[in-house]
Amino acid sequence: MLRYFCRLLCAAALSLSGGIAETPAVIAIRNARIVTVSGPVIAKGTVVVRNGLIEAVGENAAPPADAWIIDGAGLTVYPGLIDAMNTLGLSDSGPMTAATGGGRRGGGPPPTTSSGPPAPPARGPEDRPLNTSYLLAADQISPSDRRIEAARNAGFTSAVTFPNRNIFSGQGAVINLAGERAGNMVVHSPTGMLLTMRSAGFSGGFPASLMGVIAYIRQIYLDAAQYKTAKEIYAAHPVGNRRPDYDKHLEGVLAAPRILLPAGNPKEIERMLRFGQELQQDTILYGLAEGYRAAGTLKRHNAKALIDLRWPEKSRDTDPEQIDSLRSLEMRDKAPSTAAELKKAGVPFAFYAGALTQPSDTSKAVKKAIDAGLPAADALRALTLSPAEIFGVADRLGSIDKGKIANLIVTDGELFQDRTKIRYVLVDGVKYEPAPEPSASPSESTR
Amino acid sequence: MKFLLFLTAAALTAAPPIVIQNATVLTVTKGAFKGSVVVQDGKIKEVGEKVMIPPGAQIIDASGQYVMPGIIDAHSHIAADSINEGAVSVSSMVGIEDVLDPEDIGIYRALAGGVTTVNVLHGSANAIGGKCQVIKTRWGKDREGILFEGAKPGIKFALGENPKRQGNVSASRTGSGAPPVLRYPATRMGVEDVIRQAFNDAKTYQAEWKGYNERKARGETVIPPKRDLKLDALVEVLEGKRLVHAHCYRADEILMLLRVADEFGVKIKTLQHVLEGYKVAKEIKEHGAGASTFSDWWAYKVEAFDAIPYNAAIMVKKGVLVSLNSDSGELMRRLNTEAGKTMKYGGLTETEALSLITINPAKQLDLDHRIGSIEPGKDADLVIYDKHPLSSFAKVQRVLIDGAVYFERDRDLTERQQREQRKKQLLEKEKQSQPQQKKNAGPGRRPA
Repeated sequence: MLRYFCRLLCAAALSLSGGIAETPAVIAIRNARIVTVSGPVIAKGTVVVRNGLIEAVGENAAPPADAWIIDGAGLTVYPGLIDAMNTLGLSDSGPMTAATGGGRRGGGPPPTTSSGPPAPPARGPEDRPLNTSYLLAADQISPSDRRIEAARNAGFTSAVTFPNRNIFSGQGAVINLAGERAGNMVVHSPTGMLLTMRSAGFSGGFPASLMGVIAYIRQIYLDAAQYKTAKEIYAAHPVGNRRPDYDKHLEGVLAAPRILLPAGNPKEIERMLRFGQELQQDTILYGLAEGYRAAGTLKRHNAKALIDLRWPEKSRDTDPEQIDSLRSLEMRDKAPSTAAELKKAGVPFAFYAGALTQPSDTSKAVKKAIDAGLPAADALRALTLSPAEIFGVADRLGSIDKGKIANLIVTDGELFQDRTKIRYVLVDGVKYEPAPEPSASPSESTR
Repeated sequence: MKFLLFLTAAALTAAPPIVIQNATVLTVTKGAFKGSVVVQDGKIKEVGEKVMIPPGAQIIDASGQYVMPGIIDAHSHIAADSINEGAVSVSSMVGIEDVLDPEDIGIYRALAGGVTTVNVLHGSANAIGGKCQVIKTRWGKDREGILFEGAKPGIKFALGENPKRQGNVSASRTGSGAPPVLRYPATRMGVEDVIRQAFNDAKTYQAEWKGYNERKARGETVIPPKRDLKLDALVEVLEGKRLVHAHCYRADEILMLLRVADEFGVKIKTLQHVLEGYKVAKEIKEHGAGASTFSDWWAYKVEAFDAIPYNAAIMVKKGVLVSLNSDSGELMRRLNTEAGKTMKYGGLTETEALSLITINPAKQLDLDHRIGSIEPGKDADLVIYDKHPLSSFAKVQRVLIDGAVYFERDRDLTERQQREQRKKQLLEKEKQSQPQQKKNAGPGRRPA
């Protein structure tokens, strides 16, 4: 309750009274059921957290003398959830929908920014339209983004957060979902570049179509390769060679350790996998609404996939008399089975909640995937260790292991079940208590 | 879904030889007769009044029916997720190959209308458009599976009203006080200038790379020039490696393009629409361009007014290589009757009429060694009609591509019912889960 009043105060005061100052440096949760994810479930054991890291975990781990004790009887400890793709902390970004650029009018215009006069329409790839490849999410994090608390209340302790406004949107970062300053929150950066198939629309300049976007991306990667070669040759032989122009758009492209490409249905999945291969980039696909039809293709390409937890639904604005095509009916029926199909095929995947209306919808969405055949343990993995592995941070996040970052959630029952409540959330060893019911609206109350 | 799987399975199995018997065989290039067609390993093995039946062959009795080569549509926009990159006047960097949609229902509809090969073109929004892709209507296959393997690459050009549209003045002004930035050109002269300039740029680019390669060969340390996807495609045009299919209507713009092409030593492979082609058939013939037109579709825009239904026949008689195309997913399903119209308007023979949708478009795509007629050695792309295909009463019964049956009318009719059934089930299921879904969805507002 105290936190509500605090949030009316300024940010500094909030952080002082709201969490850090209250939280002891050493916490031991004992007599709890511990789901480590990386190993077998410990029926009754202790987790010790010291200075933001997991110091010990096990049946016989003893709480140190200086530890504050949480009695975990009847409670379960899980690793904190990781949202594999979101815009958390980035106030200038919209929801994370997979703009795959289908349809003959392109993927629609990008959301407009308010700053400055609009640039004239691009005349080609040379104008670098919709390219902010150099933008680092880590530089843009705003700890006061209210969505962060909502996500934390839903059990998320980390997120991979991406700028998402452009075709070359920029470089993502793994962040922890609590902290006084942006610098406290960043776990890893740059984590990968988000690409969208967004086009500028017919009057918005190049590219105005999906094929324009694809050709543009291809040209940028050719330019980046040439840029790299030119810089190397010039560095070795500055005399007698013309100096290559500095290009921040290409610097960003070269700095990305991997790329994320949108794909919903089998044709897009095949298209984007082939494209990633052509660009010689480590590629992760996101979206996957019809991924259940393409598990074999994904496996053959050794693909990694981020599954959108916002399952396709009948649009509420459609004419009630209109009957959808068999294809879209099938898709709405089967979309939640994508995870189960990928699991069967052995394709690494994670879930993302970035497109959900609110983070508290996560549990119900995951439950649908479980009902469609995904084992509950794999559902949990897809929100913990799997995203950590996919983004190369499994050495510090994703499971309850000694030495990893102390991101934990403590529940009074099985995660993803209707009645289960999250009692505590630990981020970097700092304890937070989600607001009691109705937990969906804390943000409303402070608006 | 079952439907898709079934077709895929049917097409994948190494098919036994097929013999189509007792049919009227319309070979297009070698006359018509009552007889048989033998299909083996995806190719036409034998054609004749009497043929050897290979052991284990599947027999299709086509008594009273007609077999013709698979129809070729030289101008279509099916099976693609985007058609126009209209923001720029030269968009040769884009290609249909990147946005193919093997699940577009247009493919199946075309197949059911006897079309087996399609030239999927970029739109006509700009003077030099994007790259084209030739596909076969192998419904049920993935992208790789519908590509016409080995087909020569092509590109779309466009003249006249569409490429000289400058864009939406009001839309480019929205919200800002900035002056509208409009696309060049605004006139037919401008279109000519854009094409000439693009060819000149391509020549410069070609020379730049040549110079680089020479210097590199001499062992000099040189920074390589930039690769430009836009100019790469145009260099291919200059070198005759990429076929130009040019959208046009009026006689004056047709002559303009032929002259610009001659100036750069480029051959225009086909003129598309070419509704005033009858006025300049001699010049088209001299250049060596083909013409791909409509039977009797015109007056949908000002530049399409001075057209006549005799266009195709007149050009044929003047020695131009003519085909009829659809440019429409609907018209595409009945190109056979479009061909028939040229017998009424212009008095073409049956064979000449059929050529307009078979061997002639095959030649316009440089694929006449593979498709376009029923001859031994060619791809077994065959259509069986219940009546003469030039009759408007004819219905497609079966379609074979590469010797595999991809369409059967009877099967289609039964599967329609199955699909209806499945649809009902899913609708019912969704209805039942609806109230709960509504509750789940919640108030649904994202915090500001």
